[in-house]
Amino acid sequence: MIDAQLRLARGDFSLHVALALPESGISALFGPSGCGKTTVLRALAGLERAAGRVALGSEVWQDDASGRFVATHRRALGYVVQEAVLFPHLDVRRNLDYGRRRIAPAKRRIALDQVVDLLGIGHLLARRTATLSGGERQRVAIARALATSPRLLLMDEPLAALDAQRKAELLPYLERVHEELAIPIVYVSHAIDEVARLADHLVLMRAGRVTAEGPLADMLARLDLPLPLAEDAGVVFEGVVGERDAQWQLARLDVGAGSEGCSLWARDHGLALGRRVRLRVLARDVSITLAPQSGTSIGNQLRATVEAIAGDAHPALALVRVRVGSAPLVARLTRRSAHALELAPGMAVWAQVKTVALME
Amino acid sequence: MTAADWSAIVLTAELAAVSTLLLLLLGTPIAWWLARTRSRLKPVWASLVAMPLVLPPTVLGFYLLVLMGPLGPVGQLTQSLGVGRLPFTFAGLVVASVLYSMPFVVQPLQQAFEAIGERVLEAAATLRAGAWDRFFTVALPLARPGLLTASVLGFAHTVGEFGVVLMIGGNIPGTTRVLSVAIYDHVEASEFADAHRLAAFMVAFALLVLVTLYVLNRPARDDPGTAR
Repeated sequence: MIDAQLRLARGDFSLHVALALPESGISALFGPSGCGKTTVLRALAGLERAAGRVALGSEVWQDDASGRFVATHRRALGYVVQEAVLFPHLDVRRNLDYGRRRIAPAKRRIALDQVVDLLGIGHLLARRTATLSGGERQRVAIARALATSPRLLLMDEPLAALDAQRKAELLPYLERVHEELAIPIVYVSHAIDEVARLADHLVLMRAGRVTAEGPLADMLARLDLPLPLAEDAGVVFEGVVGERDAQWQLARLDVGAGSEGCSLWARDHGLALGRRVRLRVLARDVSITLAPQSGTSIGNQLRATVEAIAGDAHPALALVRVRVGSAPLVARLTRRSAHALELAPGMAVWAQVKTVALME
Repeated sequence: MTAADWSAIVLTAELAAVSTLLLLLLGTPIAWWLARTRSRLKPVWASLVAMPLVLPPTVLGFYLLVLMGPLGPVGQLTQSLGVGRLPFTFAGLVVASVLYSMPFVVQPLQQAFEAIGERVLEAAATLRAGAWDRFFTVALPLARPGLLTASVLGFAHTVGEFGVVLMIGGNIPGTTRVLSVAIYDHVEASEFADAHRLAAFMVAFALLVLVTLYVLNRPARDDPGTAR
């Protein structure tokens, strides 16, 4: 468990958080600018001195009660910031070596070759850092951090400085880091699409406080959170590629198993059968009917049970959470439709999801 | 050039070399501190370092003479340590030169250190580099242009000083009679040809030093294809 209890006051801003993050997977700190998420990350790294306690499992990095404060360079962590800060006087290879050389050989759990492969930077090793593109710089910065075999990786909006295309290029690398290395990551972001794609655990922050936290899928399915998501409200769930339809270039994704399970058709992106994928279903792409429809273009019709109904940001809209097998789904309807269908918790309905709307 | 002229040139070079070395050793930590401190006393210390820029050299020389003289506190200390008195010795000249040229070394270094910024040092800290390690492997290499400017200015300024030297060192051939004093002597004795030779030498030296500095400190050309 990553335990962080931090308090800090600076002018108008005050930070007061108590976090218990899982010691595996990606925990996202999500919130608007100025909510204190970067300060939390810096305090975890020891770059910022907040009052309180920071511990990674049994390793205590800061404990004001016993007067313990481990200097940043003695914490086994990697830190990646928005604008990759590479050493301009060193080439890429020596940038990668900078941290690694400072780790005792016995403590190197990650080989340099492995991180170079993982981030696809083999062809850049001899380059000067000034000649790298933004995406390349960020990959080198991530590789450099990983090369120190950190026990915790801290990332502060690593994609925010990149344009949409570079961002799309870098995301798969982050997913590979997530999948192939068992390093817990604390990921600061204000972009929900990144969070939905990468995170396992979500912490919502606002004005220096944690407003809610929990597993990502549960958090996104909650209707009571003031998620600043607006158009992007939606759930994620994990599925397995169960079938690939070559004729129509579609893939069947199985979510859950047995009577709890359901299947959805989505675009086939060439993933192997049995491969785990994460699906994101936006609330605006889900509609509700009382009976299965025929003569519709919508490719996925799922038997569902209404769980909860809540008002949405705009008074004309409502968010309806239904359960499809074990997976929650959120639909955005007009209140008029919800009223007309007489939706109520416990009611059996059909949820429709357009095949083209599924995002991976 | 006469043997006396050569002796003045060699002495000047020695003085400048020793002073520059000491200036870098003392000036670097001062500049580093000034660049990074949040102390409220920073303006006071910065002003003290910059004082020689505005004070007439004779003022500095006068006080040094008083301090290092037989009745001054520094003089009494050096005498009790068995070093003897510093005025009118080479060591005395070095002390005076170091004080007098300090701002020329500290200011470019301080600017270079300030330009490095906090982020790259923080990156080094998250890559397991401790404070000394960060200083030697990141701060100093990145401050290289400032270091070069500081060395050259420190050296050249020591070569060019006159007032302080005359106050502290006097005019002892082979010990304290540096170039600028030798030129002054030639002029006083109406040996204009001799004065001219040395003066022209100084002009050429100064020009060479500055051109070298500007060439070395030219910003590196950006590589084509630098995407950012």
